[in-house]
Amino acid sequence: MSQPFHIVVCGSVAPDPLQTLEPVMGPAGPGLKNEMLLPNVLDPWAAHALFEAAHLAKSVAGSKLWLVSLGPKAKLQQVMMTVAQKVPFELVAIDGPAGGFVDAVETAAVLADAITAIPGLDRARLLVFGGWESATRCAGATLQLVGERLGIADQFQGVDRLTLQPDGRVRVLERIEGGRHQVSICEGAPFVVGWATGYLPEPPNNPQVGMANMRAVMPALQKARPAVLKQDGLTLVRVEQPKQVRETRVVKDLSADEIARDIVAWIRGA
Amino acid sequence: MDETAARQTMDVDVVCVGFGPAAAGFLTTLSRGLVNDDGTPAVESAVMPGLPLQVTCFERADDIGTAVSGVVTRARAIRETFPDLDPSQIPMAAPVHHEQVAYLLDPVGASRRSATLQFGDRMIRAAARWLKVEHDALPLPYIPDFLRKDGGLVLSLGQFMQWVGGHVMASGVVQVWPGTPVKEALVDGTRVVGVRLVDQGTDRHGAPEAGFMPGMDVRAALTVVADGPVGAVGRQLDEQFGMPAGHHVRDWAVGMKMVVDLREDSGLQPGTVLHTFGYPEPEIFGFLYVNDARTASLGIFVPSWFDSPVRTAYRYLQHWMLHPYLWRYLQGGRMRSWGAKSLQESGKRGEPFLVGDGYARIGEGSGSTNVLTGSGVDEAWLTGSLLAKAVLDLASAGTAFTKDQLTAAYVRRRRESWVEHEGIVAERARDGFHRGVITGLIGMGLAGLSGGRLFMPVEPRRPHERVRPLEQYFADRIPASEVARIRAECQQSGLPLHDALLERAGWPTVPYDGALLVSHQDALLMGGKVQAASGYADHVMFEDPALCRACQNRLCIEICSGQALMPGADDVPAFDREKCIHCGACFWSCTQHVGGHPDRMNLVFRAGSGGLHSTEN
Repeated sequence: MSQPFHIVVCGSVAPDPLQTLEPVMGPAGPGLKNEMLLPNVLDPWAAHALFEAAHLAKSVAGSKLWLVSLGPKAKLQQVMMTVAQKVPFELVAIDGPAGGFVDAVETAAVLADAITAIPGLDRARLLVFGGWESATRCAGATLQLVGERLGIADQFQGVDRLTLQPDGRVRVLERIEGGRHQVSICEGAPFVVGWATGYLPEPPNNPQVGMANMRAVMPALQKARPAVLKQDGLTLVRVEQPKQVRETRVVKDLSADEIARDIVAWIRGA
Repeated sequence: MDETAARQTMDVDVVCVGFGPAAAGFLTTLSRGLVNDDGTPAVESAVMPGLPLQVTCFERADDIGTAVSGVVTRARAIRETFPDLDPSQIPMAAPVHHEQVAYLLDPVGASRRSATLQFGDRMIRAAARWLKVEHDALPLPYIPDFLRKDGGLVLSLGQFMQWVGGHVMASGVVQVWPGTPVKEALVDGTRVVGVRLVDQGTDRHGAPEAGFMPGMDVRAALTVVADGPVGAVGRQLDEQFGMPAGHHVRDWAVGMKMVVDLREDSGLQPGTVLHTFGYPEPEIFGFLYVNDARTASLGIFVPSWFDSPVRTAYRYLQHWMLHPYLWRYLQGGRMRSWGAKSLQESGKRGEPFLVGDGYARIGEGSGSTNVLTGSGVDEAWLTGSLLAKAVLDLASAGTAFTKDQLTAAYVRRRRESWVEHEGIVAERARDGFHRGVITGLIGMGLAGLSGGRLFMPVEPRRPHERVRPLEQYFADRIPASEVARIRAECQQSGLPLHDALLERAGWPTVPYDGALLVSHQDALLMGGKVQAASGYADHVMFEDPALCRACQNRLCIEICSGQALMPGADDVPAFDREKCIHCGACFWSCTQHVGGHPDRMNLVFRAGSGGLHSTEN
């Protein structure tokens, strides 16, 4: 039987992936056009990590779950209205920038410091979860850097499944080239997991969970300490939108083979 | 699959259904009175003694501020709540600085104009120079006071609601839960005792699947119904408790709108407010509000008294934008967001019982919209704010939320408010439209200038009582045999009829430019960002499919704002939940009533999740 885990999920806000995201270079550096008007969600990669973490915490009695979020406080508050209904967690909020144009090294330093400062956190039981990548189109390096700063050597990236074995060890399915999985057996905590999509469906909205979470979420947001990221070690020279060709057709009930043939024909003809 | 999953229950003091302007006014005002300056409860909870009143609000859309619309408002009630309101702090807000109302002539010759209107158009064109007609439009030299929005604000209601939602949530004393539709009110005898949320983890028919979670019962001493004109809970209460004598909701409109990135040299100034009428059809009204130098909200209203059996908001919106009066500003623009919403246009005539034991109603669904001034947001906000004051009074005194107490505390306030006084003036202002556009405009003028004492004495008919068969409607333009052919072709190809019929009736093809003029499907993807989470049942269904098979006017398909309803294989409209934007136009456009009840339509429109993901509208 496993010892209870202390699971910390690193995840922040990202523009709703349904939005039209247009990178622009402004006077304050690169950003997204109308960024403040875009609705936000919990970064879908981090959301998978959170749901997997909650599932694991529920299956190992005594485990605890924190969500450490570095992002603009107002956006974090808005996103919590939805996220807090999903699974029980404790929020550690840090008021600062989030997005694809923020230096991963500095972000990782802020996150690692915040994790270290969590009262009662047992480093020997620590699992650090997060998204393998991010919908903000960031470098995808943050989580690995967090792990390094915390001195955690066992790291798994692109994880689809994590299974607790009867002997307390953990079996990890990691994505590798060619659509295959690498299977690893980990002795136990501490380790870092960068989640791919996982296997769990999105939990239903449960207002009871939300009400319980919010009792701690709002105070956490109110005392969110500001984080200043200097960005002096990183220079972004240019931002641009990838060239795209759009063609919409509405079809129903096509087989995967037919869709594939259609796409290949379209690419060849484009 | 766990079909036996237990239904959870939760107790709160106040549960609110829907987070629109009325609920925002309610929660903003309420949250300010729940806690003392020292942090102790000003009003103590009955379900959690020692804590402030426990207030929770459920919003069906996936986020607060989605699925609402661009607006111009006098903002009297909003400013009363926020006396130091600084529009620059609200994205896309601008003070009104210029208003114009224009009558649009028909530049393409396809509009269905009465002989009287055609004669009037000829006179206007003949006197074009004297009347200062430009770009096929006659700007009215005078805007009556009742239509003016002097001192008001142009708002993106989506952004405004996000701004308000942030304030409400930051108070820490009320909870707003988006993505959580309410299925129905829980009624015990004549008392509303809370709400039931929709089931999650089901297939499209509502059968349990993996992760099934029966909708939670949220029990509350007070249920605040603020779910808008087509909300499931409001309509349930209308059906259960009936309407006050002489009251009914027979006037509707669908408002379809866009937010547009204007070209750099459009010449439009922030705060400009343009209203139009006369084109693309005389029954269709339009608006263009300028948010900032490069952004405008625009759209049209297609009313239920527009008798076309193929009324389509999307196609008409494109023809409206292409009118020279507007296209001079819009050419070179780009669609940023898009959406649609139903409006309850019966106003005070559509006011239900405002209170009952355990419940109170606020906002558009409570008949607060002023149909003369075309204003609803500020009115809705005030009704919410008034209810909050009433709730604080009653809860502080430890008084139960009975019908009598709510009448004394809330209804009294409402009857004494400007919403009531102006609503009475407006009550019959639009009735004339049931006899024609000119009669309607005269009726509005009479009501507005006489303070409601004069109006056109026309009794509104139900939408389905007005719709004529296709062949009859197009008799002067398309032979019946050709209508039949087009009907058969569209059915076979699974398409609505409106494009084929409008083009056959003389409307030009829309010149898609891939930026502002795009296909309906692209509007969903590029503008609406429409999405529906899995695990919910279809919220549109047909009570008796046989009635659909016999229906010759499938207006639900024609008016569907998202092409979510299309011709189905078995001659029953097919519903695609992933495209629905929850405008509700299908519900009031259904032409088939069931069970001998003229107000109970065959198309059932229930609470559902998903829809628009744009917060700029």
